[in-house]
Amino acid sequence: MQFGLSESQEFLKDSARKFFAGECPSAEMRRLMETDTAYDAALWAKLTDQGYTGIIFAEEYGGVGLGKVELMLLMEEAGRALLPGPFFSTVVLAGSVLDAVASPAHKKKYLAPICRGEARATVAILEAGASWNPRDVQLTAANGKLTGEKLFVSDAAVANFILVVAKNGVFIVDARAPGLKISPMSAMDLTRKLYVVEFKDTPAELLGPTTNLPRALDIAAAALAAELVGGMQRTLDTTVEYAKTRKQFGKPIGMFQSVQHQCADMYLETESSRSAVYYAGYALEENTPDAATSVSIAKMYASDAGRTVGNRGIQIHGGMGFTWENDVHLYYRRAKASENAFGDATFHRERIAQLVIDTPTTAHAAR
Amino acid sequence: MDLKLTAEETSFQEELRSWLATNAPKDWADWREKPLEESYPYLRAWQRKLHEGRWAAVSWPKEYGGRSATLMQQSLFWEEMARVEAPPMANSLGLGLIGPTIIACGTEAQKKRFIPKILSAEEIWCQGFSEPNAGSDLAGLQTEAKLDGDRYIVNGQKVWTSYGWVGDWCELVVRTDSTAAKHKGLTALLVDMKSPGVEVRPLRQMTGESEFNELFFRDVKVPVENVLGKVNDGWNVAMSTLMYERGSYGARLQLTFNRYISRLIELARTTMRNGRPASEDPLIRQKLAQCSAEIEIMRFNQMRAFSRITATGVPGPEGSIQKIFWSELNQRLQQIAQELLGSYGQLLAGDPHAIDKGIWSYAYLRTRGNTIEAGTSEVQRNIIGHFVLGLPRSY
Repeated sequence: MQFGLSESQEFLKDSARKFFAGECPSAEMRRLMETDTAYDAALWAKLTDQGYTGIIFAEEYGGVGLGKVELMLLMEEAGRALLPGPFFSTVVLAGSVLDAVASPAHKKKYLAPICRGEARATVAILEAGASWNPRDVQLTAANGKLTGEKLFVSDAAVANFILVVAKNGVFIVDARAPGLKISPMSAMDLTRKLYVVEFKDTPAELLGPTTNLPRALDIAAAALAAELVGGMQRTLDTTVEYAKTRKQFGKPIGMFQSVQHQCADMYLETESSRSAVYYAGYALEENTPDAATSVSIAKMYASDAGRTVGNRGIQIHGGMGFTWENDVHLYYRRAKASENAFGDATFHRERIAQLVIDTPTTAHAAR
Repeated sequence: MDLKLTAEETSFQEELRSWLATNAPKDWADWREKPLEESYPYLRAWQRKLHEGRWAAVSWPKEYGGRSATLMQQSLFWEEMARVEAPPMANSLGLGLIGPTIIACGTEAQKKRFIPKILSAEEIWCQGFSEPNAGSDLAGLQTEAKLDGDRYIVNGQKVWTSYGWVGDWCELVVRTDSTAAKHKGLTALLVDMKSPGVEVRPLRQMTGESEFNELFFRDVKVPVENVLGKVNDGWNVAMSTLMYERGSYGARLQLTFNRYISRLIELARTTMRNGRPASEDPLIRQKLAQCSAEIEIMRFNQMRAFSRITATGVPGPEGSIQKIFWSELNQRLQQIAQELLGSYGQLLAGDPHAIDKGIWSYAYLRTRGNTIEAGTSEVQRNIIGHFVLGLPRSY
């Protein structure tokens, strides 16, 4: 039994960290965040060259065929750099949904261009009720057409096609389709833009039933938790650095136990989130009986930890932490958006309760 | 990353399982409620049996009677012991902490003299570290040992000594140089508890029982050959002992916690709240789910730490997060038990209305000590701040 990363996993994580540090330093991240879509074609081409756009997908669709643990590592490093733009929406979310629900022919048509870096995509799930439970979806396709509205759709403005979760299946809509209207929502996280997507007799092609959708959403939730871990690590690192150099009362503030103990808690929360995320990646990859539970554990813990680590980080930065120029608030904004996306801690605790209390054959009872 | 058992791990597990199938006692349930004084001979006999099967100290090197078990195998060992609900071993400090320290720091003569009897539970060991004025600041301890020819004369007082009442020998940390800086003047001694001048008193704790003792030393004579490690190097010897303390805890706790949460879930199904089972109450569900998830995360953290230690060879200061995690989690777990049980939660063992023989009231009080014993949460956070994150020392 070995819970550590393999040499090739360490290598992937390391090179991803270097790649993001080089291609998406703070200044570039801030430049993109100020644009309308946070998308940059040149950066996208580089992500493609790295093989990141096809990381977990089969080679027959132009993917790299790596596992879910590798995806977690990549997302952790993307999170550390606060990578702006549609990478999560396209590769992790739309890619996983296509992979889970689409036919081989549809995968060739839609997943392959994603892997090749030629297309961006997203998935429209939430409606006015803003429920992350797919059972609450009301939108229904009729005669190959959609009429209705989806909210909080990430990166829709730069998507070449939009996957739509409807009551009667998962559909795909071309960005140029008639009756499709995309308008920006103004939200806290400036690096991942949200949109209202409206359909009016918009042609939509059925990809498949929603049966396998939960697994794709689990991959997305775990990947977001991984991204949160990267953000926490960055917040912890910059906070500890600040605590070592900032002096008050003639001493570095990191010498005071009230500061030191908060840093220790940030470390504990970051490491514990990381353990949970890596396990979730492993469980998804191996399809273990506790895979769904482990995703909820990771998303639940990282959702809360992302917020509390951010709280402590800003608090320790003092007045500096409250300024626009310090990056710590940008991570704090992302953490809040990601906390909620794909279910917050309360949502996932209820799901854990269903899996552990109501059906006591998984998780604890399994061992 | 591969969480499947290796061939060696599987064969270790199978060998242990088949040994336990024939050797694990079936009557432990009749003994476990009794006071430790009464069940102690039973626990000694159980340890002797384990030793005969070479299972008493699996982590020890083979040449000293162990199996050189990896951390993963050790963790499998505790998992199996918990699975068959095996009794604890009588000499747990000797096996877990002091034996490994003697193996690491002791002379050949000391190893020959002490190791076999630790394994067979012929000699029970206790540990004399904390003092009334030296708890978290262990290096400030005052019990002194003065060299007098070929022996030391020891005077002072120790506190929070587990197994003091039954201890034959004690790993005692004393001050041998009062002029040196406080970490530098300490020495570890192996002290015969039957020596004249040793007095053991029970220390009654807030649970009402006496797990610990106070030890008093008045002109106790200890031969120089019983110095463990080097003279004035006692701090490093003590730290190596404490490292074992922090390392071995987690694997065993995991299983205790799993039993707690399973029982709490059962209780939630049968406890009525507002006209329905508590297991259907959204708030109770949230709390049980949170705890259940944290128990799993404790396991993930543990597995990651094991893999890291296996790769680097040393348990690092990161172990402090485990201590903080389990101790605080255990307290939250007991608070949920109290919420579920309501008025019944307060009932003590022996009360005819008590649920689960009163273990929940006991556990609620006992876990209050968890964030204090084996290094307070404050000290653990200092360790993380300074040794892991590199922040300047606060003291």
